[in-house]
Amino acid sequence: MSETAAQTESGVVAASVRGLTKRFGTRVVLDELDLDIKAGEFVALIGRSGSGKSTLLRALAGLDHDVSGELAVTKPVAVAFQEPRLVPWKRVLDNVTLGLRDTNPRRVAVAALEEVGLTERISAWPLTLSGGEAQRVSLARALVRHPALLLLDEPFSALDALTRISMHRLVLRLWQRHKPAVLLVTHDVDEALALADRVLVLGDGQIAHSSAIDVARPRDRDHPTLTALRLRLLSELGVPAAESAS
Amino acid sequence: MSVQLFTPPVLGDPRPVSDRARPRGLPGRGWLKLVSPVILIGIWQLLSATGVLPPSRLASPVSIAHTAYNLVVTDNPAYGTLQASLLVSAERWGIGFSIGVVIAVILAVFSGLSRMGEYALDPVINALRSVPLLGLLPLFIVWFGIGDLPKDLIVLLGALFPMYINTFAGIRSVDPKLGELGQVLGLSRWELVWHVVLPGALPQALTGLRLSVIGSLLALVVGEQINANAGLGFMMNQAESFLANNVIVVALIVYALLGVIADSIVRLVERKALAWRQEFAL
Repeated sequence: MSETAAQTESGVVAASVRGLTKRFGTRVVLDELDLDIKAGEFVALIGRSGSGKSTLLRALAGLDHDVSGELAVTKPVAVAFQEPRLVPWKRVLDNVTLGLRDTNPRRVAVAALEEVGLTERISAWPLTLSGGEAQRVSLARALVRHPALLLLDEPFSALDALTRISMHRLVLRLWQRHKPAVLLVTHDVDEALALADRVLVLGDGQIAHSSAIDVARPRDRDHPTLTALRLRLLSELGVPAAESAS
Repeated sequence: MSVQLFTPPVLGDPRPVSDRARPRGLPGRGWLKLVSPVILIGIWQLLSATGVLPPSRLASPVSIAHTAYNLVVTDNPAYGTLQASLLVSAERWGIGFSIGVVIAVILAVFSGLSRMGEYALDPVINALRSVPLLGLLPLFIVWFGIGDLPKDLIVLLGALFPMYINTFAGIRSVDPKLGELGQVLGLSRWELVWHVVLPGALPQALTGLRLSVIGSLLALVVGEQINANAGLGFMMNQAESFLANNVIVVALIVYALLGVIADSIVRLVERKALAWRQEFAL
């Protein structure tokens, strides 16, 4: 695997993947996969469980070195995981500043926590946070690194429906303000439709389908374009229309 | 054991914070823990007073308190004063215990952080651990004479093994997902060890420290009774030849107090250092 700090075509590409292959034993999870993510683009990646979504994300995050192919990402890269992965023995603020190289990490972290609406929990212990709060800390921790590429690995899947909706709004607001390229891995078609510029379906180790979504945000769930696209995506995922009608 | 002065706030406690806090210094329900020992001593005194428990076996609590008082105020030709003996024993213990704990932590960090260190150290330490510690004493006396050195060494080993085993296990139990997080956040190896691995190992290392207190104290009690010419163990030995079992009991109580005090200190450290943990204690 060759990893270069992507100075790919005047910085318009945040991530570029060519021929990425990953095997677990004899099982091929990613099979010669190609993918480009433009700078500032919000991409959602959906797929059935075990389709290799998280494997792809981990490769982009530099956590999986056991892959072959070409991989170029524009740094800095930040990640928010499914479980927020807060360090339990560090208070909220110290979690955000952890590993942050900045002349005034504290000030930057306070500002980020303010952005995600957690000013009053700044000195709380992570174990006292609710799931939504913990995930917001995780987002703040990713944001303070000014990522060119933000990788979100199903960060909302463990949250309740109401919290998830407010998290969607928060992520959109942050994305619109900071404009990182985003790769959101999710199994929730509606989440992808609500947030992304482009939805990719991962199947058989490759990008099996790609749809651009040209609907202004905030998006109405029942917008005709989205309704049509939802059926399309579900059938791509192997869920026929009749089954999904309920 | 130690008296708990306050109950840590419990997750999901419905009361507002202001109701939970008790003004500092005011005792909580901790004194309840003193009730059963006090009753036990009362029964003991009763049995002694009624003659069920003859003084030739075990003296009454009052008589033992009297002996303790005499040991403090008079310089007995056979075993000196209690406080002088205590000082000698406490010094032996302090030296052996602290060096043992420091060595254990260094070894555990080395073998916990690298496979090579693990292969080099862990089998050896585990093999040595199964040698009965107190059985080493005669050998140590042959090697190092009858001075303080063999006693310090046996105390050192009594502290070292539990501390090593638990610190090593603590390091290895740190969530590998936090290791990945460190990588994503761009932490250096040293930063990862300092911010993630060591604090993550701390809860179990502190459990190890409490076991070290007990282990080293046991080693002290036995080590001191062989070929000593000062200290609590020497005092017990002398008392044995004078059939002064009151003195033996006093020395045992002082040992027990040493253990309780050391354990309380570790628990206090635990409470401060592990404040991030929401303990589900009622």
